[in-house]
Amino acid sequence: MNTLSLSADIGGTFTDLVLTGPFGRVTRKVLTNVGHPEIGLLDGARQLLAEQDVSFADVGTFVHGTTLATNALLERKGARVALITTRGFRDVLEIGTEGRFDQYDIQLSKPVPLVSRELRIGVGERIAASGEVLLPLDRADAEQAIETLRNAGIDSVAIGFLHAYANSAHEFEIAEMIAAALPGISLSLSSDVCPEIREFERISTTVANAFVKPMVDGYLGRMVHALESDRFTGKLFLVTSGGGLTSVETARRYPIRLVESGPAGGAIYASRRAREMGLERAIAFDMGGTTAKVCLIRKGEPTSASSFEVDRTHRFMKGSGIPLRIPSIELVEIGAGGGSIAGVDALGRVTVGPESAGSEPGPACYPGGGTKPTVTDAGLVLGLLDGGNFAGGRIVLDPDRAGQALENVVGTHLGLTATMAAHAVFETVCENMASAVRVHAAECGEAVSEYAMIAFGGAAPLHAATVAEKVGIERVIVPLGAGVGSAVGFLEAPVSFDLVRSLRMPLAAFDREQAEALLDAMVVEARGLLAVDADTVKVSVRRTAFMRYVGQGHEIPVALPDAGEPLDAAALLSLFEAEYAQLFSRSIPHAAVEILNWSVLATADTESASQAAAAWDADDGGRETRRVFDGNQSGWIDVPVVTRGSLSRHGLLQGPAVVVEAETSTFVPQSFQASVDERGFIIMQRKAV
Amino acid sequence: MTARMNNTIRLQVLWNRLLALVEEQAQVLIRTAFSPLVRDCGDVSVGIFDTRGRMLAQAVTGTPGHVNTMAASVQHFLQQFPLETMREGDAFITNDPWKGTGHLNDFVVLTPSFHEGRCVALFCCTSHMMDVGGLGAGTEALDVFAEGLYLPALKLIDQGIVNETLMAVISANTRLPIDTVGDTYSLASCNDIGVRRLSETMVEFGLHGIDDVADHIVDTSRKAALETIRALPRGTWHNEMIVDGYDEPLPLRATMTIDDDGIVIDFSQSADCIAKGINVPLTYAAAYASFAISCAISPDIPNNSGSLSPVKVVARAGSILNAQKPSPVGARHVIGQMVPDLVFGCLAQIVPERVPAEGASCMWNISLRGVLPDGPSQGDPFALSVTTSGGMGARFGKDGLAATAFPSGIKTTPIEIAEAQAPVIFWRKELRPDSGGQGRTRGGQGQLIELSSARSSRLRLNAAFDRIKYPARGRSGGGAGAPGEITREDGTPVPGKGQVFIEAGQRLLIATPGGGGCGTPAERSLEDIARDLAEGRISEDAARSDYGHVQPVAGGAR
Repeated sequence: MNTLSLSADIGGTFTDLVLTGPFGRVTRKVLTNVGHPEIGLLDGARQLLAEQDVSFADVGTFVHGTTLATNALLERKGARVALITTRGFRDVLEIGTEGRFDQYDIQLSKPVPLVSRELRIGVGERIAASGEVLLPLDRADAEQAIETLRNAGIDSVAIGFLHAYANSAHEFEIAEMIAAALPGISLSLSSDVCPEIREFERISTTVANAFVKPMVDGYLGRMVHALESDRFTGKLFLVTSGGGLTSVETARRYPIRLVESGPAGGAIYASRRAREMGLERAIAFDMGGTTAKVCLIRKGEPTSASSFEVDRTHRFMKGSGIPLRIPSIELVEIGAGGGSIAGVDALGRVTVGPESAGSEPGPACYPGGGTKPTVTDAGLVLGLLDGGNFAGGRIVLDPDRAGQALENVVGTHLGLTATMAAHAVFETVCENMASAVRVHAAECGEAVSEYAMIAFGGAAPLHAATVAEKVGIERVIVPLGAGVGSAVGFLEAPVSFDLVRSLRMPLAAFDREQAEALLDAMVVEARGLLAVDADTVKVSVRRTAFMRYVGQGHEIPVALPDAGEPLDAAALLSLFEAEYAQLFSRSIPHAAVEILNWSVLATADTESASQAAAAWDADDGGRETRRVFDGNQSGWIDVPVVTRGSLSRHGLLQGPAVVVEAETSTFVPQSFQASVDERGFIIMQRKAV
Repeated sequence: MTARMNNTIRLQVLWNRLLALVEEQAQVLIRTAFSPLVRDCGDVSVGIFDTRGRMLAQAVTGTPGHVNTMAASVQHFLQQFPLETMREGDAFITNDPWKGTGHLNDFVVLTPSFHEGRCVALFCCTSHMMDVGGLGAGTEALDVFAEGLYLPALKLIDQGIVNETLMAVISANTRLPIDTVGDTYSLASCNDIGVRRLSETMVEFGLHGIDDVADHIVDTSRKAALETIRALPRGTWHNEMIVDGYDEPLPLRATMTIDDDGIVIDFSQSADCIAKGINVPLTYAAAYASFAISCAISPDIPNNSGSLSPVKVVARAGSILNAQKPSPVGARHVIGQMVPDLVFGCLAQIVPERVPAEGASCMWNISLRGVLPDGPSQGDPFALSVTTSGGMGARFGKDGLAATAFPSGIKTTPIEIAEAQAPVIFWRKELRPDSGGQGRTRGGQGQLIELSSARSSRLRLNAAFDRIKYPARGRSGGGAGAPGEITREDGTPVPGKGQVFIEAGQRLLIATPGGGGCGTPAERSLEDIARDLAEGRISEDAARSDYGHVQPVAGGAR
């Protein structure tokens, strides 16, 4: 019986694996194979399965998240893309909003479009806002555009005509011509990828989809093939940026929705833990090998958003990235991970990131690692990490190489010993992350000191309490499975798909038949995209209308009554007014109301892929001692080192101390004390002063 | 909040909270607005003030023209309606150009914020109405009274009860009653959200007033702003810039004096007011002058009464940058948005690396009027304003930004939104080749725009464009940006200011100005020239004549 559940999160440095079954939950961290990420993943998974005497044939559900799409965008290593658009509008991506993301920065640079100007091709055609054809597609123009695609060796084409959300005929017409002339070329249509009004966001999303599509398609094709040869017959799901699961077929069609799937998994993981613990307000702090992510969890839910920005160019500022109109989870991400490279800037200040040593070559202390010092090197030199016991002892770290790199790059410039250089790097990266926490909280108008921090991701437990101290957070929780938190979150995510369509309808002219026909068709499509067995799995559907007063420019989501209950204008009006008053304090008397967009969220009512709580076994680990460098005292001190499993036997563990386990280490600073709760979660509480 | 949190951190957190709070308020205003200039372009301003009327935090929105103008508005409100007479649930309104933001289209709403029965702060916000009757935000009125409805400071809401008489007056005096009344509600809502959040914050932090936070913000900011100014050389510098004006060119002149107490900018030597609506009330000119100083000298210090206090702006009454009532001021942005270039010209003499060359600067707002030809609202008038921009001047080390609003930070209107709401078709909106002034760093490019009526009805354009006769000048040997152009299909030029009719079936061609270049073209790198050529940003002719570039390079796709 294929009853096992497997999840894999490919990050920039590590690939995390989680397997659940009758034996409980087992986990594994392996280095990401940059050239062939699926090979690293499959090798690690086979090992993990073999250790339990099972194989892929026994796996019923495999949930996968990957940074492939994100990294392709960040590193601009995607397909060679051309944009076909309405003649006269080739610069939509570059003109953008015509705004500046920082009003006071004269020196700012805007994000560079994914398609350079010579590959943005205008074609004669025009559709009006009503969907009416003003100019037919100029087929001679289209032929010429196809010649340009052929000559430029284009792999992937984005097609984005004005008002294509209202009438997609011209996009389909030219897509057919291209497909016939250039078989095998990858196509992304704005009317399919993002059928919403506002040309810049729609075309930006479509181009980003085209940019990552061939790579994701090839990757998933190889993955499916490899799984078949391993006799895998279960279901493969991909994690989306909105924190839902989607089928391989849907992921290949809309690969842009895979952006930031790892962080989305992390947000789900943290939300579940917050709910289990009954935390009203928690801050998810996820630090991996390449980046750190911060996300606020309120009442057990992360904040969702209908748009997202990737590759913010400037201090992670809003508006400095590429806009993507996709359902996503609201979080901030900065270039601060275990692999982040340290250096010294022109003013003699220690810098960390955003460049990462990744898994190849990896930190200086790694076998075959690089020569540039990283955050992990600093942790090792300070004695916070045990070089012989990293990633379950599978990667042996060399403290001498770490010290050498720190001394060469940081120490000699500043006249510091390797140890003091390591301390400076540790403090700097923690300060950077603390700023990210403050900024995100400020953007949300929240005081983080009231929050509990949930720390996960391989590098987070080592840095979390220090970051918490800087921002005034008093309680830090390191749950079970924290080292591979996102991958655990994948197994807790629902199978779901979120569709949005634009159809403008004033309530005064509400057409129930048309509305229901649209919603019904969307429900059918969304169910299809779920790719679950309709006979055995119940699918729940949430329908939403995005409504506004006629004349306004922004809509608010209004939950519609369940299917079956008839829609009518009067009921919609009162739902809208209630929601509006709740958000904006008062509704506007006598103003007309309209619906602009409609969305359908279909969620399969399956048990999450795994409900199996991890086995929580106390062990009889003893209390060891390790030499750790205390930067504030500029000296080495002996600190206790205990295993998570034995923590309960050691009473309240006073910092400084280290708690070790296979995938991560938790550092308890001087100002904190640690205990373990009945779930096995490490709770670090700030000492009373 | 814990007792352990030390006071400095507590004040820091509260300061950040107030900044976050006004940003949230601005988002509410944008999200609830009817006016497309607000909802799509961000033409709003929001601030929190202490009970003495000192501005503590302002949302960083798209409109430097509102920097500090609200501070004056709040003082005016307080004179008219003393604090002790204000009650919980009250709100006040004005659009007086000299007490508000410089023209009638901006409504300003003030709401006192009560906590534990006492007024602890004031919230103020402003947004741009699409229509307030009269001749509106164009250039054609002979005086302010002809420009539209003029509201002195009045009570809009009395302890929660909306002043229906006033609403009826507003509604009866606009071509767009639904939008204008809706936007007035949205201003009130935006302040209500601020009031609610402030109260929550005060409960959370156990506060009874915000005076110590206010002192901390104002003192810290003033000190920081003064420090940055004291790092500059002392002295007096002058600059002159000629702009198109209406019928004849107008000289704008600035004298900048820096001493230990701050910066004084004097516009007194500028031209006199004229009988067209491009005159500028001082409050608006001062806002843009302060913005220019902040950008160049102290971009990281947030705006508040403290940080703005070391910069003083003066001008002779009756000069075009200090227009007096009843001068017409509807299109005060045309000249007002030139003020930063005027100030940068002074600063360039002492800190050339911190200021850009002159840019298009004045927004090229395509402001259209007409009637709806069909649908349920057939025959109703419409007003559409598509905010568009030209190129920014070259920076010292970087090319100028193409098609980017500067100094205004207002965003453009999406074409799909514009066409969905008015019977207009845009046939073209793309970058304008050869429009960026040549130089070591190139000026930003303007845009080429073509539009027509979508139906058999004609359109009226309220033109208020500048830099047609006097383009943006380069700096340090850089060339001027291309001047703006506005023509009919057959090439007939159309005047840059006044009313222009576009008959059905006709197209209007608009080319927005480019920014000036910086440094001599001979200093520009060959790679930069080749890339500009390949991407069609400059033509081969321009490469040859402007840069002496002789290598042919294949042109890009069209």
